[in-house]
Amino acid sequence: MSYRYTEDHEWVLLEDDVATIGISDYAQGQLGDVVYVEVPEVGSDISKGDELAVVESVKAASEVYSPVSGEVIEVNEDLDGSPTLVNEAPLEGGWFAKVKVTDSTEIDDLMDEETYKSYVEGLDE
Amino acid sequence: MSEASTTKKTILHDLHVELGAKMVPFAGYDMPVQYPAGILKEHLQTRDSAGLFDVSHMGQVVISGDDPASAIEELIPGDIQALAPSEMRYSFLTNNEGGILDDLIVTRREKDLFVVVNAACKEQDIALLEKGLAGKAEVRELADRALVALQGPKAATVLARYADDVTKMPFMTFREVSLDGVPCFVTRSGYTGEDGYEISIPNEHAVAFCRKLLAEDEVAPIGLGARDSLRLEAGLCLYGHDLNEQTTPISAGLLWAISKRRREEGGFPGADVIQAEIANKPAMKRVGILPEGRAPAREHTEIADEDGNVIGEVTSGGYSPCLEAPIAMGYVPLAFSGVGTKINLLVRGKARAATVVKMPFVEQRYYRG
Repeated sequence: MSYRYTEDHEWVLLEDDVATIGISDYAQGQLGDVVYVEVPEVGSDISKGDELAVVESVKAASEVYSPVSGEVIEVNEDLDGSPTLVNEAPLEGGWFAKVKVTDSTEIDDLMDEETYKSYVEGLDE
Repeated sequence: MSEASTTKKTILHDLHVELGAKMVPFAGYDMPVQYPAGILKEHLQTRDSAGLFDVSHMGQVVISGDDPASAIEELIPGDIQALAPSEMRYSFLTNNEGGILDDLIVTRREKDLFVVVNAACKEQDIALLEKGLAGKAEVRELADRALVALQGPKAATVLARYADDVTKMPFMTFREVSLDGVPCFVTRSGYTGEDGYEISIPNEHAVAFCRKLLAEDEVAPIGLGARDSLRLEAGLCLYGHDLNEQTTPISAGLLWAISKRRREEGGFPGADVIQAEIANKPAMKRVGILPEGRAPAREHTEIADEDGNVIGEVTSGGYSPCLEAPIAMGYVPLAFSGVGTKINLLVRGKARAATVVKMPFVEQRYYRG
């Protein structure tokens, strides 16, 4: 069980058939102070690549895309009152949604921790 | 990096990079959008203490001639002849339809006018001024000077350490001041709603002087991100967003910038349209908008009435660090422009309740003497 990353800086953590989704530390640093997060509705069906959430910083709104397909079974209610959790703890308290996945092999294409780290280093040049 | 060859840099560019700024292209310049502190902290720093902004990308222009004050009135509705030397005024270049080509600040000096225009409109404005003033006045861009803004409740205390006579300058006045031995043009003005100054300084002295200001305990560097959130809280328009060639000064709520004499006499481009709008009221009006809940409504968000009919659009919208809530401004039909009117904002397809409110969102704190 380990974090997997997309090229758009979402992370997904799969436990059994439930994927927790958020954005990486690099992404939160790029966005700056998060002031609002729009999370999906519990019960909604989502396909890989669909818009899962919208993160609003002081400056702009950014879409977060789902790395997996399935049903949204839980969203992070804490973000409503404390959107800065995304900045403070992007990999933990700053998660957006949990999705019951229909195809757990969808995450096989995603980057592991080490690959993502070098991918991000490449972006900063 | 193809942008590097075409993007211009201000004289303070290397200092921004050294300070760790995130640089972005803006109006043809590579500008700091934020420093490591981030937009939120930079915003509050300016409201609580003082912030230093590089606005050297803006155009600084001197207009000289026999009577430049009356000459420029053929191009702008501002009452420049009414200004005493060292007084300044907010105005705008208008087109024949009464639309706004750019907004600008005109300072009347003893022998000439000192004009500051927006970076994105600089070339166009200078061409328009040259053409419109041909034979009457000479237009000269001061490309060898930087422009920085020192804004915030501590701005006067800080700048007084370099020239004590700046503290008594009233809002919207100009003075030639020697700051640290460098001859500068200082105006008590800004774009944050706070007390503060804009300082025009020769390029060769700009970096050293900014380093000194930044070494003051009260001062921190502020990027374009916080500049935008500060001006929005102050209810100030951003050209290209809240104002453009299709918006008239009357619909934008800028009638205050046109004196009684100019309203009556006209004599500027689009005067007939603007006079008719003063008499008959404009169709649309710029208003302040307070969304309910926490979701910001960004520029181009549709505004609907309570029945769902789209009636207008947000032209500036974001998050207010001082109110800790979203704020916006936009245009709505006159019937919906009254304070307290309930409207809806269509944020990503969802209607969200909002109310028309009075601006500014945060009280302006100018020094009136």
